[in-house]
Amino acid sequence: MDTTLALPTGVEVARLRHELRDFYEEIADLLDDDRIEDFPAHFTDDCLYKVTSRENFREGLQAGMMYCDGIGMLRDRVLALRETQVYEPRMWRHFVSGVKILAVNGDTVRTRSNFLVTESMSDANPAIFLVGQYLDLAVRRGDRWLFRERIAVCDNHHVRRSLIVPV
Amino acid sequence: MGKTLEAEGARVWPQEGWTRVPYWIYTDPDIYQRELDTFFYGPTWNYVALDCEVPEPGSYKRSWIGERQVVVVRGKEGAIHVWENRCAHRGARVCWQNKGKVDSFTCPYHQWNFALDGKLQGVPLKRGVLGKGGMPADFDNSQHGLKALRVHAEGGSIWASFDENAPSFADYCGPDMHGYVQRLFKGRSLKLLGYNRQLIDSNWKIYIENLKDPYHATLLHSFLITFGLWRADTQSESVPTEGGKHGIMISRNVGKKTGSSGTGEIKRLKNALELADMDTVTPQREFDDGKVVGLSLFPSVVLHQQANTLGMRHIIPKGPGSFELCWTYYGYADEEPSLTRLRLRHANLYGPAGFVAMEDGEVLVECQQGTSAYGHRQAVLEMGGRETEPQDHMVTEVLIRAFYKWYRQEMGL
Ligand SMILES: [Fe+2]
Repeated sequence: MDTTLALPTGVEVARLRHELRDFYEEIADLLDDDRIEDFPAHFTDDCLYKVTSRENFREGLQAGMMYCDGIGMLRDRVLALRETQVYEPRMWRHFVSGVKILAVNGDTVRTRSNFLVTESMSDANPAIFLVGQYLDLAVRRGDRWLFRERIAVCDNHHVRRSLIVPV
Repeated sequence: MGKTLEAEGARVWPQEGWTRVPYWIYTDPDIYQRELDTFFYGPTWNYVALDCEVPEPGSYKRSWIGERQVVVVRGKEGAIHVWENRCAHRGARVCWQNKGKVDSFTCPYHQWNFALDGKLQGVPLKRGVLGKGGMPADFDNSQHGLKALRVHAEGGSIWASFDENAPSFADYCGPDMHGYVQRLFKGRSLKLLGYNRQLIDSNWKIYIENLKDPYHATLLHSFLITFGLWRADTQSESVPTEGGKHGIMISRNVGKKTGSSGTGEIKRLKNALELADMDTVTPQREFDDGKVVGLSLFPSVVLHQQANTLGMRHIIPKGPGSFELCWTYYGYADEEPSLTRLRLRHANLYGPAGFVAMEDGEVLVECQQGTSAYGHRQAVLEMGGRETEPQDHMVTEVLIRAFYKWYRQEMGL
């Protein structure tokens, strides 16, 4: 979507930002609360969900840490996590800030926001795990929002240990 | 810091030999330094880059050999140069970015200027100012270039050595390993697909062990088993080469097992599970031999092939208890877009969030945490017997035994 499109009036932008901030915080809350099963329901069937590094993003390289094109792959992430994967239990907390509306086209909105994720092991203090930006394409469906695209671009040079749940 | 080797009477390998690994080798700072000097900085060949990462004259990439940063540069005539990222003058890093394209390199500190091949071509104020200062009249630029390494290019992969006495790359690999390297790097142009970087808080050798351990894959990685990418009863081989230095693991993607199972021991196997998007576990055949091959080319890299992912897993030690694992995924420049798409989808199995590799990151750290305060204890390696000969199955730790047999000779332990 062309990000040079003129934005609607200030009042309209403020309303969209308010709605989308609520949406993003709802997603952050379900991830923090280990309700990962509910995560795919917030995406369109033809979604693209990616977690990648600034390094890949800057060079336009497609491969990353998580690459889901289509809702099936997103559901498979949840299935694998719940049914096959082995990892040391820990807790994450997501902080979202600086939601910025970049462009609006009918029911579709392009936004950018910051995220910070902390990680806590059961025998250690929380530490900063990931810092980066969400680049989103959100679409309104009735009275709710869905992601058509969510690309989490991590500023981290490397991921410490492993990335277990979606960002 | 720990005690020196000389002062430490306990640094004696268990008398059982290569079926045991004493845990002090994962934490001892003197052992670690000796490994860097003997292997990474010694007469070995280390992976540094892929050809497609430095496509044009002047293109460069920073890379690592052990803890030393090097710069890989394509020269004016197209040849690859690798030099130490350390100004010949006072030691500042000359190159400050991971990638880029330049005409020459200038150290920001005193602006000494170096050609792409590392030769010193300019020293500001060399003749001084108003007749004062300047370099001695006999200062010879040709003696003060960036320290260049030996370079070997093998069909799109780039290797370097600090040691002028290292054997040829082919001899260093040995015929079996070299043949499998050429299977991936025939000279077909490559396409870079992306990177993953992980910092894993374990000794780098625990990763070497992990890639010489097909036995764990049938137990830890239930994703592979559940969706048919790996089976204990698949025709497979575990081949130590060059006395145990390198290791070759061969298996095949044969699909999901039906009926009575060679995977009966795998308690976590959930045969009824199905993915919503089967592409993730449905490889397209691309090698005539039908093999899935993992190459552990000591000390710096694992050449990775599983499903349709191809990658270099570059091992970059960061102290005795930590290493960076840099995954570089690639395909071939002339391949069908549909195959590239499969590679991207299959990449979900690997890297820090990989359905498979994530679990390796987890157990590696757990091994380091488990062993680090128990240096006086030891691992036992008796799966598949106590010998070090190649085996035609994967229920074995033979590759790890053979590796430690070789490692002890090289390290004098
Ligand atoms: Fe593994």
